[in-house]
Amino acid sequence: MRPLLYVLSFLAVMGLGFWAYRENYTTQDSLSEVSELQDEIANLRESLTVQRAEWAYLNRPARLRDLATINFDRLGLLPMEPSQFGTAAMISFPPPAVKSSLDLNAPQAVSGVLNADPEGTTP
Amino acid sequence: MTRIPLRPLARILDARTKGENPDTIERENLRLRHEQMRDKSRGRAQLRLVVLALCFSSAYGLIGARMGMLAATQPVEPRSASASNEIEASRADIVDRNGRVLATNMLTHALYVQTRDLIDPAHAAHELAQIFPDLDEKTLLRRFTDGRSFLWVKKVLSPEQMQKVHEIGDPGLLFGPREMRLYPNGTLAAHVLGGATFGAEGVDSAEVIGTAGLEKFEDARLRDPAQAGTPLVTSLDLTVQTTVEEVLQTGMTMMNAKGGAAILMDVNTGEVISLAALPTFDPNDRPANPVSGDPSESPLFNRAVQGIYELGSTFKIFAVSQAMELGLVNPDTLVDANAPMRWGKFKINEFEGHNYGPLLSVADVIAKSSNVGTAHIALMIGGERQQAFLRKMGLFDASPIELVEAKGAKPLLPKRWADIVTITASYGHGVGGSPMNLASAYATIANGGIKVTPTLLKRTTPMQGERIISQKTASLAVGMMRRVVTEGTASLAEVPGYFVAGKTGTAEKPKKGGGYDHDKVVNTFASVFPANNPKYVLVVTLDEPVETTGPKPRRTAGWTAVPVAAEIVRRTAPLLGLRPQLEASTLDGVTAVKQ
Repeated sequence: MRPLLYVLSFLAVMGLGFWAYRENYTTQDSLSEVSELQDEIANLRESLTVQRAEWAYLNRPARLRDLATINFDRLGLLPMEPSQFGTAAMISFPPPAVKSSLDLNAPQAVSGVLNADPEGTTP
Repeated sequence: MTRIPLRPLARILDARTKGENPDTIERENLRLRHEQMRDKSRGRAQLRLVVLALCFSSAYGLIGARMGMLAATQPVEPRSASASNEIEASRADIVDRNGRVLATNMLTHALYVQTRDLIDPAHAAHELAQIFPDLDEKTLLRRFTDGRSFLWVKKVLSPEQMQKVHEIGDPGLLFGPREMRLYPNGTLAAHVLGGATFGAEGVDSAEVIGTAGLEKFEDARLRDPAQAGTPLVTSLDLTVQTTVEEVLQTGMTMMNAKGGAAILMDVNTGEVISLAALPTFDPNDRPANPVSGDPSESPLFNRAVQGIYELGSTFKIFAVSQAMELGLVNPDTLVDANAPMRWGKFKINEFEGHNYGPLLSVADVIAKSSNVGTAHIALMIGGERQQAFLRKMGLFDASPIELVEAKGAKPLLPKRWADIVTITASYGHGVGGSPMNLASAYATIANGGIKVTPTLLKRTTPMQGERIISQKTASLAVGMMRRVVTEGTASLAEVPGYFVAGKTGTAEKPKKGGGYDHDKVVNTFASVFPANNPKYVLVVTLDEPVETTGPKPRRTAGWTAVPVAAEIVRRTAPLLGLRPQLEASTLDGVTAVKQ
C-alpha cells in the first residue's frame, strides 16, 4: 500500500510541476500580448488624433468658404441670411386622407384605374 | 468550582477523636488551594504568551512574505491598468461650444545631432542645408565640429522632411518625438487662443506651455493629466466667429481703419460667442512679441480686451439709466440741453457745434446723443454716486475674462474725480475702458439689470449676479437705445426683423503732446438685439476709420462702426438661430408712449 502511495504522490508532484510550467508560459504570453495591444491602442489613438486634426484642418471655415465659392455653379451655396427663414404656413400640407366607407378590417375586393401621373393628382 | 473549607468540621472532629492535630488538615487544604491558584495563573500567562507570539510571528511573517515577493519578482515599468488617452495627449484639446476643434496636438519629431556618431559632418551639413533652406551649411558644419557632443537642429519636422533626413543615412542624426500644438483653423480666434511653445525640452519629450490668451490663462487646467482626455469647451461658436471676422475684416478695409474689434456676447449667460480683433496673426507661427515701438501696432495686440479707449457717447446710457433708477428723471423729463454749456473754465460743446436745446427730453438726449443734456443729468446724480454705479457695472476694473492679457488692461481713470470729470465721464471722455468692459456693461442692461460677468468658457446656466438696475429701468434703457436706431444717430443699424438697439460713440484719440487729434478717432457701436427680448450684445470698435464715399470724409460711428455692426447682425443672427420677427410684437414702453 505504502509504495503505491509514494508512486502516486510522485506522479502528482510531476503533474503539478508540468501544469505550473505551462501556466507560467501562458501568463507570460498573455502579458506580452497585453503590452502589444496597449502599444497598438496607443498607435491607433495617435493616428486618431492626427486624423481628427486633419479633419479639423480640412474643414476649416476658410477652406469651406473657398470650396463653396469655387463650386458655386454646382452647389449654389450662399451665406445664411434672415430671408431664408420660412414659416410653417409655407409648407404645403399632405393631401387629406381618402374617406372610405369600407370596413378595413375585413378583406375587400378593390378595383380601379391607375392614373398615369400620380404626382399630378396632388396639389 | 466548589470551594473546600479549610477546616471541614467532619474531618476536624474525626481527627480530634483520633487525637491528631487538626491544624495539619487546615495546612493541607491551604496548600492544595495555593496549588490550584498557581496552576490557574500559569495557564493564563501561557495563553498570553502564545497569543503574543502568534501576533508577532504573523506580523513578521507578513513583512517577510512581502519582502520575499519583492525580491523574487522581476522589476517592470509601472504601466497604467488601461491604456487611456492621457498617455497620448499630454495637453488637452480646446474646442468650440459645439465640439469643433480649435486647438489640438500632433505628434512630430525634433532633429538633434550626436556629433560623436557623425560619420561625415560635412556631408550631413550640406544635405541638411538642402532640406532646410533656413539653415546655413557653414554654420551647421562649424557647430558640428566645434567640440560639442550634442545639439538641436530643428524643433519640429514634417514627415517629408523627416524622411529626407533619414535618407542622408548618418547615424549621428537622431529624432526625438515631439508633441506639437496645432491650430487647424489658422488665424481664426487667434487672440482668444493665444499660442503655445515648448518649455523644458528633453530628447524623449518636451512640455508644451501656453504663451498667451486662453492657452496661458488655462495652462494648469490644460496640462493637468487627470483632465487631459476632456477637452476645454469654450463659449465660442466657430461659424459665428468666422462670419464676424470676415465681416469685420471687410468693414475695416472699406472704412480704411487700421484696426478693429468685435465682441458678441450672450446676455443671459455672459458667454462670449465671438471675440474678434484685427489685425490678427497665425497662432501656429506666432510672431515674437514686439520689443520696440507701440505695442498696439503689433498684430498680437488684442484690441477687444487690451485696447483701452475713451468709449465716447456709448457711456451716455449709463448716466441716463442711473438717473432713471434713482428716480431723478423719466424718459419724458425735459433737461437743459442748451449748448455750449459752460462749467468753470471749460466749455462743453455738441458734435459739430449743434445746439439741441434749450430743452430736450431724456429719450431725445440719447437719440440725438447730446453731450450737454447728459452732462446736466450727470450733475443731478453727482460724482460719488456716478463712480459707485460705474464701478458696479465693472467699468473701473480689468475685465475678468479668461485671457491672460485682460488682467493687465485696467481702465484708465482720472486720479481725482472733480465735477468736470463727472460731466465728461457721463459722455465717455476722460475715462477709458476696453470694448470688453463695455460689452459686459451693456449685457448687464440687456439682461434686465442683473450683472453679467463675461466668460470664454461654455456656461449653460443663466447669470446669478447682483441686481444693479431694476427690470423696468433696464427695459426703458433698451427702448431708448432702440430709438437711437429708429430715429437717431445709428439709423444704418436697422436690420429688418432683428430690432437692433444701440448707442454710437465717437472719441478722438489723445495726442502725444496733449489735446485731441481730430483726424484720429475710435468709433464704437454698442448694440443689443432683439430689442423686445434682448438676447445678444454686439460691440464693434474701429480704430481710426474714415468713410470717404461722401464729399468730405466722415469719421462718426454712425457712418463707420454702425454699418459694420448691422452687417454682423444680419449675417450672424440666422446662424445663432434667431428668426427675424416680421411684425413688431410688443414695442417697448418708451416708443409706445412717444408715438
